[in-house]
Amino acid sequence: MNDMHGSARAWHEQAMGAALDARSLELRRTVVEMLARAGRGHLGSSLSLIEMLRALYDHVLRFDPARPGMPERDRCILSKGHGCLALYALLADKGFFPREELWRFCRKDALLGGHPDATKIPGVEASTGSLGHGLPIGLGMALAVRGRSPEPRVFVVLGDGECNEGSVWEACLSAGNRGVENLTLLVDYNKYQSYDATCVVQDLEPLDEKFRAFKWAVRHVNGHDVQALRQTLSGVPFEPGMPSAVICHTVKGKGIHFAENNLQWHHKSSINEEMAARMREALG
Amino acid sequence: MRKKALDMVHDLARRDARVVFIGSDLGCGTLEALQKELPGQFLMEGINEACAVGMAAGMAMEGRVVYVNTIATFLARRALEQVCVDLCMHKLPVRLIANGGGLVYAPLGSTHLAVEDLALMRALPNMTVVAPCDAPEMERCMAQTLDWPGPMYIRLAKGYDPVVSDPAAGFAIGRAIHCRKGSDVLLAVTGVALQQALGAADLLAAQGVSAGVLHMHTLKPFDAQALLEAAAGARAVVTVEEHTLLGGLGSAAAETLLEAGMARPFKRLGIPDIFPDYYGTQLEIMARLGLDAQGVARAALELLEAPRT
Repeated sequence: MNDMHGSARAWHEQAMGAALDARSLELRRTVVEMLARAGRGHLGSSLSLIEMLRALYDHVLRFDPARPGMPERDRCILSKGHGCLALYALLADKGFFPREELWRFCRKDALLGGHPDATKIPGVEASTGSLGHGLPIGLGMALAVRGRSPEPRVFVVLGDGECNEGSVWEACLSAGNRGVENLTLLVDYNKYQSYDATCVVQDLEPLDEKFRAFKWAVRHVNGHDVQALRQTLSGVPFEPGMPSAVICHTVKGKGIHFAENNLQWHHKSSINEEMAARMREALG
Repeated sequence: MRKKALDMVHDLARRDARVVFIGSDLGCGTLEALQKELPGQFLMEGINEACAVGMAAGMAMEGRVVYVNTIATFLARRALEQVCVDLCMHKLPVRLIANGGGLVYAPLGSTHLAVEDLALMRALPNMTVVAPCDAPEMERCMAQTLDWPGPMYIRLAKGYDPVVSDPAAGFAIGRAIHCRKGSDVLLAVTGVALQQALGAADLLAAQGVSAGVLHMHTLKPFDAQALLEAAAGARAVVTVEEHTLLGGLGSAAAETLLEAGMARPFKRLGIPDIFPDYYGTQLEIMARLGLDAQGVARAALELLEAPRT
C-alpha cells in the first residue's frame, strides 16, 4: 500500500479506524456463518460492503419486501455481484426471503448462489457477477423510470476493481452527458482487487476527478460510518441535473482483523472448521 | 431491408408506448422522423455498444420493448457478454437489429464482417435468431417482434436486395417457409442466400434436376420438423448460408438430420474457417466462395452424382 495516493491513504486510515456497532457485528456474523456452512465465498469483498448496504436498506431505499417488484420502489443493483454475502444478509434481515435460505448458500438447488440471480431471488434487481454490467443497466432503469411520480431512484454499487472495466466508463460518460440525476453510484473503495492493491494493479487515482470530468457530482465518505453514509446518501442528487457518485472508503475484510487488507481472504473455496472458528472468534 | 426495419420501429413506436429505439452513433439523420415525433422513445448513444446493450436491458426490466441498432459485429462480438448476461439470462424483450450481417461490409475488411454472428447468438439460451431475406419479409417479421418473449437477434442484409419472398407465404417466427418443392435435392437456406438458392434451383431445373428450397429464416428456435419433412422428400440436402460453416444453419441442419436418423448425402455451403478479407463486393466474395447460384447448383450436382460409399 506504499504507493497509495495521499488523500486515499488518509481516507483508508479513517476507514480502518471506524468502530463497528452491534448491528454491524451481527450482520458480519451472518456472513461468516453462511461462508462457514458453505465452505466458500468472497469474505473480504463482502465485509467491506456491509455498512454501505446497511445505510441503503436501513435508511435510504424505498422498498417493500412483501412487494419486491412494486413500481415506485428505489432500485438497488449490486454490480460487484461477488459481494453477495453482504446483500443476502441484508435482504434476509429485511424479510425478502426466509433466513433459512442463508444456510443453504451455494448448495445444490439453493436459492442463493455465489453471485446474485435476479430471476430467482426476491429483492435482487439484476443478475451480476460478470463485472461492469450494473451501471449500464442502472442507467437504462433510471432513464426508463424518469418522470414517474414518485420518481424511483437507482443506486448501483460498484467495486473498485470493477472500475477497471470499460463499460463502467461508457456508462459514466453517457449518464453524465444525459444528466441522469436519479442515478447514484457507490464505489466500494476498499483499495484492493484480486491480485494486489488497486494502486499497484490499476491505479484509479484521482478517482473523484475522473467522475467529475465525466460530469458527475462526487462525494467521499467513510464507508464504515453508517451515520456519515446515511447523511451523504440522503443528499442525492448532490447537484441538480447531474448523476451522483459516492466514493465509499472501506476496508477489505473489515471487522475480522486477520482478513483486513489481506488478499488471501478475497475469496476462499475451502474453509475448514478451524478457519470458521477463528472468524467467529474475531467477531466476538 | 435496413430502411424497412427502422421504418417499422417508428411504426411500432407510434402504436405502442413501450417501444424505445437505441442507436449507437448511426448515420446522420437515422430515424430523424421518430426522434422528432416521439423524442421520449428515441435514444442515440455514442460508440459504446456494451453500455448501449446494458441500458437496453435496464429499460426492458422497466417494461420497455427496446430496439437496439448498430453494425452486426459490434452487437454480436463486442457486446456478446452483455447480450448473454444482461439480455438472455434475464430473458428481456430487447431486439438487436444487426446491420450488415454476413459479407455486406466486404469493402471494409474483416473487422466489419459478421460471419459468425448466427453461431454466437444461436448458442445463447433464450435468444431468438432471425435472418429475413428481403425488405417485404423484414416488414412481416418486424410486425411480430412487439410481443415475442425474450431477446431477439435480427440480421439485416445490405438493403435494396432483390425481392424474392412471396407475401402469400406469410411469416411466422420459428416456422420455415417451403418456397419450392423438389424431389432430387433440398436446398435449405437462411437470409439473403435465398436468392442464390432460388437461382440455383432454376439452373438445376434446366438440367432436369428437381430442387426444393426451404427458407429457414429463423435459426432459433429451429424448425426441425419442417426440415425433416422437406428432407424426407429429397435424395440429398444442401445448406446455404452467408456465414461460417461452424455453428450456423449447416450445423443446425446436420444436428437435426443426424439425430432424427435421416441419412442423406449432405453438404454445407458457407464461409470456410477463415477471415474472408478479400475486399470487393459482397456478391463477389459469395461467388468466390461458391455461394452464388452457379456455385450452389454445382455443389448440388456433385453431391447427387458422388459415388455412395
